[in-house]
Amino acid sequence: MQAYLVRRILMTIPVLLGISVIVFLIMALIPGDPAMAILGSYATPENLARLRADLGLDKPLAARYLTWIGNLFQGDLGRSYSLNRPVLDEVLDRFGATLILATSALALCSIFGIIAGIVSAVRQYGWADKILTLLVLVGISTPSFWLGLVLALFFAVKLGWFPASGMYAVYGGGGLVDLLRHLVLPAITLSVVATGVVARLTRSSVLEVMRQDYVRTARAKGVDERRVIYRHVFRAAFVNIVPVIGIQAGFVLGGAVYIETVFQWPGIGRMLVGAISTRDILLVQGGVLLVAAFYVFVNLLVDAAQHGLDPRIKS
Amino acid sequence: MIGATWRRWTVGANGRPALVALFVRNRLAAFGLAIVATFVVLALATPILPLPDPDLTDLANRLKPPLSVDAPLGTDHLGRDMLARLMWGTRVSLAVGLVATLVAALVGSTIGIVAGYRGGRVDNVMMRGIDMLMAFPYMLLALAIVAVLGPGLLNALFAIAIVNIPFFARNVRGVTLGIAAQEFVAAGRMSGLGPVRILYSELLPNVMPVIVITMSTTVGWMILETAGLSFLGLGAQPPQADLGSMLGDGRKLIIVAPHVATIPGLVIFVLVMGINLFGDGIRDVLDPRLRSGALTRPSAATAVARDRRLPEPAPDRADTVLDEAVLDVRGLRTGFHIGGEIYRAVEDVDFVVHAGECLGIVGESGSGKSVTALSLARLVATPPGRIDGGRILFRGTDLVDAPLDELRAVRGEDIAYVFQDPQTTLHPLFPIGEQLAEAIRVHHDLPAAAARARAISLLDKVGIANPSERARAYPHQLSGGMRQRVGIAMALANRPELIIADEPTTALDVTIQAQVLRLLDDLRREEGSALLFITHDFGVVSTICDRVLVMYAGRIVEAGATDALLTDPRHPYTRRLIDCVPRLGDAAQAIDAIPGLPPAANRLPRGCAFAERCDRRTAACEVDEIPLRPIGGARAVRCLHPVAADTR
Repeated sequence: MQAYLVRRILMTIPVLLGISVIVFLIMALIPGDPAMAILGSYATPENLARLRADLGLDKPLAARYLTWIGNLFQGDLGRSYSLNRPVLDEVLDRFGATLILATSALALCSIFGIIAGIVSAVRQYGWADKILTLLVLVGISTPSFWLGLVLALFFAVKLGWFPASGMYAVYGGGGLVDLLRHLVLPAITLSVVATGVVARLTRSSVLEVMRQDYVRTARAKGVDERRVIYRHVFRAAFVNIVPVIGIQAGFVLGGAVYIETVFQWPGIGRMLVGAISTRDILLVQGGVLLVAAFYVFVNLLVDAAQHGLDPRIKS
Repeated sequence: MIGATWRRWTVGANGRPALVALFVRNRLAAFGLAIVATFVVLALATPILPLPDPDLTDLANRLKPPLSVDAPLGTDHLGRDMLARLMWGTRVSLAVGLVATLVAALVGSTIGIVAGYRGGRVDNVMMRGIDMLMAFPYMLLALAIVAVLGPGLLNALFAIAIVNIPFFARNVRGVTLGIAAQEFVAAGRMSGLGPVRILYSELLPNVMPVIVITMSTTVGWMILETAGLSFLGLGAQPPQADLGSMLGDGRKLIIVAPHVATIPGLVIFVLVMGINLFGDGIRDVLDPRLRSGALTRPSAATAVARDRRLPEPAPDRADTVLDEAVLDVRGLRTGFHIGGEIYRAVEDVDFVVHAGECLGIVGESGSGKSVTALSLARLVATPPGRIDGGRILFRGTDLVDAPLDELRAVRGEDIAYVFQDPQTTLHPLFPIGEQLAEAIRVHHDLPAAAARARAISLLDKVGIANPSERARAYPHQLSGGMRQRVGIAMALANRPELIIADEPTTALDVTIQAQVLRLLDDLRREEGSALLFITHDFGVVSTICDRVLVMYAGRIVEAGATDALLTDPRHPYTRRLIDCVPRLGDAAQAIDAIPGLPPAANRLPRGCAFAERCDRRTAACEVDEIPLRPIGGARAVRCLHPVAADTR
């Protein structure tokens, strides 16, 4: 296990480098002149040239990348011009909020998706299965940004059970209870599609395992049906479910963009949308880089978990 | 002409139900298709429908609620007619989603085909690139691309298409790799076909289903995500509007005029749901694994027909000494019910297993011997299996109608199984010691440590060295022979009265076979268990079985003591079968296979099932069911013209 982990951690290095190259290239290839964007179209050619030199824009692409990544290692992601603040500080501030939201949604989709999938498989073609299959279909077809609006309208505006926006109450807010109250609606909204996907996969995975010879062996031993399903079948199905939860982590991190916009959640997704509108390229760059790097880490965890769960995986 | 084309679509080649038939059966998919078709028709018809101008502002009539006089869905904050805007917006969303899908499919499939077909370096470079794209969270990459290209509907389309390329590339590459390695492609290459010809004639037809399946799963997302980008203000820019941007505009008015935001969202939802329903239907049709019904849940015990045919009471059988019988099987019938047809695997099988004896069941594959074995503890998977008749009497109780709890108490405790392939019959994720201990603890209230100690002693007994260490090993860490020793240990765990071994040595090396066979026989003798041994191998039968039953097409055709039956077979089938076994040192022996094939299990003849292949057949053989008749000396044969004793 240890040797595997070391190897797997080393494998993330090229991936992280690749991500940095892609992010750098995307931003470097943006049409238009960043110097012009900063100084405005009335700037004199001399000023533009000086700023370009300051920003290193006159150097070749490879040299610019090396400078950029060198700064990155020193924690310097540049300065956001729209916020007039170091990008790293802003991005890290925002990331915590996104992490809270995404983790809660991931927890919800894992718990409810797996339960729904198992029930559906065990009661295949029964009423519970039919209802759950329908719910799953509705779930994966729902535009989350619309669902967020509808839930906010109903549970926040009409019923007043939960706050409609923000992470903490503006007056006298703070503390875990306040946070949880604000978290309920966004987390549920964000988890709906992922729950559907997890439930679907759990169902088919459980059904597939149920046909395996070793499940018949368990029955031949006289193991009771509950134990057959929750121990023999689920243990094997879980190995297939874990990577799907990993993929959902990616969808949830990305989908948070909508939810943060709908619920005014002060996360990195909402920051990105704002930064794209104001063309604050350095801020976009920093945000994308951080979330992508974090996702690499999530995938590492998923692989490690799978390795721990399945003794057959050697490499 | 038209009739023929139509038939090709409805009936389909090789009797498989075709697309249309499947859609008719799959009502949800048909419903989804209806939704999608409605959307497409409405989108196409929008320009010619008598709708108000969707961009005409009328501030006097702003935010009118739905069901107003001249605005059926109300008006928005600029007084524009919601219905008209919705229709035009749907047109845009649908078009953008479809075009994005086509772009992603085209680019992604091309990458997949080239990578899969060329292989090597090209494949490596392309797939590393795809991996890099997948290293980003899905929507995040789309956002980054929009950040570069700038907000706008076309840019949103490209962004969404790009992030979906990996799904196509990966799926298509996987299939292409498989096909490119196949012979017909190599043959094409050898006969001088250019890569383009091979692509069109060989690859594309095979890859197409995968592309269609991937499209059917991704088109819904792509419509959702492009609408999402518009919702964020990064897609459609005013005055142009799609469903997403309408929703985004309406968001600020959600409290004052909820209809402005909720109605476009509802339309997206219905459209995407229609697409997903339809897509699931397509997948069911195109994915062979789903079509074969591999994903149905088997029940805990084989189902029993409600009107199960019961055998006549008190059969007067020559070989029956009831007090000694461990198991008394009477008139057992097991069938597989698949798509309205019944495949009769086991037909009226009667036999008795006496305490401590070894009874063999011999037959070709498909003769019903394994299904018979599995039926005894009702382990045949339902669906499609079902017990249609008979009794399985174990210590006087009929296992066929025993409640599940009672059946489970017998399984593994009194009747234990050794299965054919220990590679698949041991759980891959539990250590073998744990699996053994479980077999004990299911039936005996024993502390974990005691069960573990017993498991280790069992491993020792079946000849596994370092048993306490090996108990922690997983099945994949053992050799095939070792695994089957574990299988035998598991069957012996509770000293059962009967062990049913279903071809236990077939999957093993010839050199290991004899060892494992000897082990099984020695141990079951030690424990005093009876053994029901299923095999196709007369050599094995002669080594360990006291008595033998020969099965053909689901029925017992001959029964008797091993020596007598082997030296003096009476049924023409048994005789041919024994003649097929090569004898050592008899170089002149001509091995002639039995001509013809056994009858299909869903079309069994009324009379003798072997008649068609038999050279002793007369007209009488095919008229009526032929009984299994005792012929003295505890032997029985199901034949009107048995081979006379010693005519060989």
